[in-house]
Amino acid sequence: MKRFLKIYLDKPELAGLALLIVLVLVFQAKSNGILLSFENIRGVMGLLPEMALVAIGVTLLMICGEFDLSVGSVFALMPMSMAVILNSGVPFTAAVLLGLMICGAVGFINGYVTLQFSIPSFITTLGMLFIARSLTIVISGGFPPLLPPDLPTWLFTDYIGGSPFRMSFLWFVVIAALVAALLSLTNFGNWIRATGGFNEAAASMGIPVKRVKIACFMLCSVLAGFAGLLQVLRLGSPLPSIGEGLELQAVAAAVIGGTALAGGIGTVFGAIVGTLLIRTIDNGLVLSRVDANWFKFAIGVLTMFAVIANAWMGKMSRKIKVEAHK
Amino acid sequence: MTTPIIECRNLQKWYSGVHALKNVDLTIHPGETVGLVGDNGAGKSTLIKILSGVHHQDSGEVLIEGRKVALRSPKDAMRHGLETIYQYNSMVPTMSIARNLFIGREPMKWSVFGVGIMDQQRMRAESIKAIADVDLHLRSPDALVGELSGGQRQGVAIARAMHFKSKVLILDEPTNHLSVKETDKVIGFVRGLKAQGLTGIFISHNMQHVFQSCDRIVAMARGEIVFDKPTAETSIDEVHALL
Repeated sequence: MKRFLKIYLDKPELAGLALLIVLVLVFQAKSNGILLSFENIRGVMGLLPEMALVAIGVTLLMICGEFDLSVGSVFALMPMSMAVILNSGVPFTAAVLLGLMICGAVGFINGYVTLQFSIPSFITTLGMLFIARSLTIVISGGFPPLLPPDLPTWLFTDYIGGSPFRMSFLWFVVIAALVAALLSLTNFGNWIRATGGFNEAAASMGIPVKRVKIACFMLCSVLAGFAGLLQVLRLGSPLPSIGEGLELQAVAAAVIGGTALAGGIGTVFGAIVGTLLIRTIDNGLVLSRVDANWFKFAIGVLTMFAVIANAWMGKMSRKIKVEAHK
Repeated sequence: MTTPIIECRNLQKWYSGVHALKNVDLTIHPGETVGLVGDNGAGKSTLIKILSGVHHQDSGEVLIEGRKVALRSPKDAMRHGLETIYQYNSMVPTMSIARNLFIGREPMKWSVFGVGIMDQQRMRAESIKAIADVDLHLRSPDALVGELSGGQRQGVAIARAMHFKSKVLILDEPTNHLSVKETDKVIGFVRGLKAQGLTGIFISHNMQHVFQSCDRIVAMARGEIVFDKPTAETSIDEVHALL
């Protein structure tokens, strides 16, 4: 029993999951059963992959001990640059790859500037938030370019058969599984955790900490850009304003899912639970006919509560010694 | 006479105008446990940073087992069998013991260009053995290092160095911030090095600790070695008088 309790306390994402189940039950009752109706799940599951992919990228980077505020802008920049490239006659696959390469470059610049000048990534990526957003609007020329009508949406946003899931959900599941595997099964994942957990120790063991961090910055940006692509293909038009405020929601999702701001701690599963919580609250409040402006209030409270609860659970866990050791 | 395991010849190092090491010559033979003492800024840390690959000397050379080597990174130093345990602890508290033991040297099941799937079963099995080898008893290789005491952490760090067949263990102030009991444990580990056939360099401010565990005392002051005698032929007072 004690051992079980300790394992539970060590995994803040499980507490998030418990809270999620409670909220789903409450909103299900409040909304007269609409929350878990087929149509509503369809709507929520269409939005989930876009935010969850951003949250997964941010979580990965936070585990590595860095921070990215530019994901919301990159979310908009990728599909916009892709649309501009498409309109110059480049085929779809090449345009997507070029768009993702631009994201990779943004991530590289974030990482390189942060590490080269040893400034907080909070500042670097705050700058990049403005830069990438500005570039998005500049390259759109003020008018969102039209997307060609023959894009392969079947690969990204069409519903899978008669299920409530779009293809984007499949992408999300596969990417989440890959990132989770990267973190827990590979030596690179070990280096990411070591770098974020204790930078000096990792460096003294010969881990190329700078390269590890830059790789995480790049992965985070690419995931944000890919998520933006999914949203634009779903909406059918690359608006320059999409993703505004997403960076803070992604950080909130990561933190609610148990990721530590100081680095070293966090899981992909936690990021997904955090995202699901935010999406459920958003959706549940609307369905319960609560003024939708309370949404941000709820997220705010939840974020603070999650961090306090995590700290408390960590403290309790350390108090429980399962077996005495010499 | 056997070939020295480490030989430093005319090592010099400047830090932006400060002459941190002045023509340092130091020869250490296999199996010796050398205590390196000296005040802050005496050059101990500089010498150790050169040997552990963190810094590179401006002139002079380092020979390991008679061969001239270039130690350009911690990885280089480890490859030559020199492993350093720092005062700030070279363990990541948020990771398990098994993962900590293999940071940067994970056994792989499968990999491309050095990145791939770790053999976690092997990591756990080998870390249990490695920890038992230094006579440390921990409940599980999955326990987080953050839950261990300072002395236990140093024990795990020493277990790690031994597991990777390091020839020379450099301990940079390993007893700082430790309680008396924990310090005794670490001194026990240092004494145990000889039995395992390892060479040790023990850096400390604390003469007592060094005299308890080393068989040779080297003292530095102002970037030079000012004293070098077997422990049996000297006393704490004699060394103190010099510094």
